Amino acid sequence: MPRETAIDSIRLIGGFARGSAKLMLRGNRAYWLWLAFLGALIVSGALAYSGQVRFGLGVTAMRDQVSWGFYIGNFTFLVGVAAAAVVLVIPAYIYNWKPIREIVIYGELLAISAIAMCLMFVLVDIGRPDRFWHLIPPFGFLNFPRSVLAWDVIVLNLYFAVNLVVAAHILYRAFHGKPYIKKLVVPLVLLSVPMAVGIHTVTAFLYNGLAARPYWNSSILAPQFLASAFCSGPAILLVVLQLLRRFTPFEIQDAAISKIAELMAYAMFLNLFLHGAEAFKEFYSNTQHLLFTRYWYFGVGSHHTLVPYAWSAVALNLAAFALFISPVTRHNPITLNIGCLATYAGVYIEKGMGLIIPGLTPDTLGEIYEYYPTVTELRVAAGIFAVGFLLFTLMLKVAVPISLGEFVDKAKAAAAQDAAIAGAHTAQ
Amino acid sequence: MLSRRLFTQSAAGAAAGMILTACGPKRLYEAPKDRLKAAIADLERKYKERHGKAIEVSDAGPIPGVHFAYALDISRCIGCRRCVYACVAENNQSRDPQIHWIRVLEMEKEKGVDFSHANPYYNPAEVPQEGHFYVPVSCQQCENPPCTKVCPTGATWAEKDGIVVIDYDWCIGCRYCMAACPYGARHFNWAEPTIPDSEINPDMHYLGNRPRPKGVVEKCTFCIQRSRAGRYPACVEVCPVGARKFGNILDAASEIRYIIEHKRVLVLKEELNTAPRFFYFYAT
Repeated sequence: MPRETAIDSIRLIGGFARGSAKLMLRGNRAYWLWLAFLGALIVSGALAYSGQVRFGLGVTAMRDQVSWGFYIGNFTFLVGVAAAAVVLVIPAYIYNWKPIREIVIYGELLAISAIAMCLMFVLVDIGRPDRFWHLIPPFGFLNFPRSVLAWDVIVLNLYFAVNLVVAAHILYRAFHGKPYIKKLVVPLVLLSVPMAVGIHTVTAFLYNGLAARPYWNSSILAPQFLASAFCSGPAILLVVLQLLRRFTPFEIQDAAISKIAELMAYAMFLNLFLHGAEAFKEFYSNTQHLLFTRYWYFGVGSHHTLVPYAWSAVALNLAAFALFISPVTRHNPITLNIGCLATYAGVYIEKGMGLIIPGLTPDTLGEIYEYYPTVTELRVAAGIFAVGFLLFTLMLKVAVPISLGEFVDKAKAAAAQDAAIAGAHTAQ
Repeated sequence: MLSRRLFTQSAAGAAAGMILTACGPKRLYEAPKDRLKAAIADLERKYKERHGKAIEVSDAGPIPGVHFAYALDISRCIGCRRCVYACVAENNQSRDPQIHWIRVLEMEKEKGVDFSHANPYYNPAEVPQEGHFYVPVSCQQCENPPCTKVCPTGATWAEKDGIVVIDYDWCIGCRYCMAACPYGARHFNWAEPTIPDSEINPDMHYLGNRPRPKGVVEKCTFCIQRSRAGRYPACVEVCPVGARKFGNILDAASEIRYIIEHKRVLVLKEELNTAPRFFYFYAT
């Protein structure tokens, strides 16, 4: 008997994999154009990265003075996106709020794609990617618990695994027409809530713990990371959900969308408030540590590279807050989407350009080296985003039909139909 | 039956061997002495082939009862940068891209020791310039080093004699230590380092001036290849005004002890509690 079960489960998994592959290979013109676009970006990114591996990180604009840049900025932003799934999980499972519960799975798929991108951004940033195994015990050595980076490696991978297991399990069971196993899913989902907070807190502590960098060495950093993450993650998800609603028969209630938008308004308020609190402390006390904040908002001397980014981030965040807090603009699909784009762009600029670079400018000995990403960095980053979007697209391609009940195990469905017919016969 | 048992036993033995190897010392420097010696012999062969001259790589450990410290006389330093170039030559720093372990900052007498007004790129015809003084900064060999704490692979650590070192073969190049260092003392190999064969210093130490590969971090080691052999670091020897002092802080009769006990001494960024073993003082 156990032998048969094993064979059976291999058959079942095989069926799921084959079916999924078939789904991914089916699509209209727009789908293939989208894949081709992502493919082109991936090829371009891979070529740029191979140049970087051959020559060294000198092809980036990073130097000893600004030793982290665009890659680590993107990494930080995406950790926030990954943490966003929690915004949906909390109301869905804790308050059992049905309209959101159905779309939680998409939050989890988004988290999986985002963490995959995070790990890739770290990999392209390190000088010796060939030695990444030095981090993995027992072959390598992980400096745990002393190094916060070691903590980050652990929590990011755990969070990745938890989301992957939950999403795969729910989809796999749905494919075979069975409900998911509650004993497995509910604890894992509940675990993913503190873990989502954990990954972003640990990532904030990564910078926060460095006394050498006063711009980061502020206890407001972790709460501010969380607040901005609860804006940017749902912003992406809202756009994706609307696209799904438009192009598939998948039903998503307006109530779910406007609830998420409302939550984003609160998160954005908190984000703006924390920024304001930090700005007050810096400008009013006016110590030497003000230099970093001043470099971001006003520039220092003749160095103004980041100033336009700083103010566009402020403007975008304020606009998004205004659009989400007012019920009229929140319920209007056009203003809602403008708000989403503004949030995404605002937080992306704030994390991508406004966190890492001013933290390192001026450097510890007072030198101002103006960092601005090179074409190689932009190409590699675009390539990584393309891999992430590709992953997300392919997962959606499988998940949507399963949620709709269109993509189910044929053998099971046929058997169910036979049983129904037999039932009908006996009834007669 | 017998062959099956034999198979099980040998498989278990192999697995145990693998796990033991995997759980063993990660950094070669901590490996059993004979393994380290063999690896160093390999390195010497490799370097000789590459640079065309006999090369000696030392693995000398810390000397018991010795704790190194450094003192720099700010009132004497004239900002000539001879220390910078002596360091480059001694420690096989890359000429292109250029890496300097010592950075000399020109500061204004009016402002005092103030990094936000420091100029590392001063280039007058003659030094010292009127109204200015000079503060050379390199690794401060902190007793409480923020850089080693953050390293995710444990590739950098403080030795018993106080020297903070890096294993260039274990560093993954994440540069977290560079973000953590308050003194800009750590430098990254942004490209393959180049040094003309004729300029290679063949007198090397495993944790010091042996050539570094691209993609790893490097820094001052108090010239570990010299100091552990009882010699002064190259910067101390070359300084034309005698502004640089070096010695064993545990030796009550040493010059370094005298300076710390009798001169007006300061450390950089004292508020960060890094406890540098690199002191600045005013002798006059």
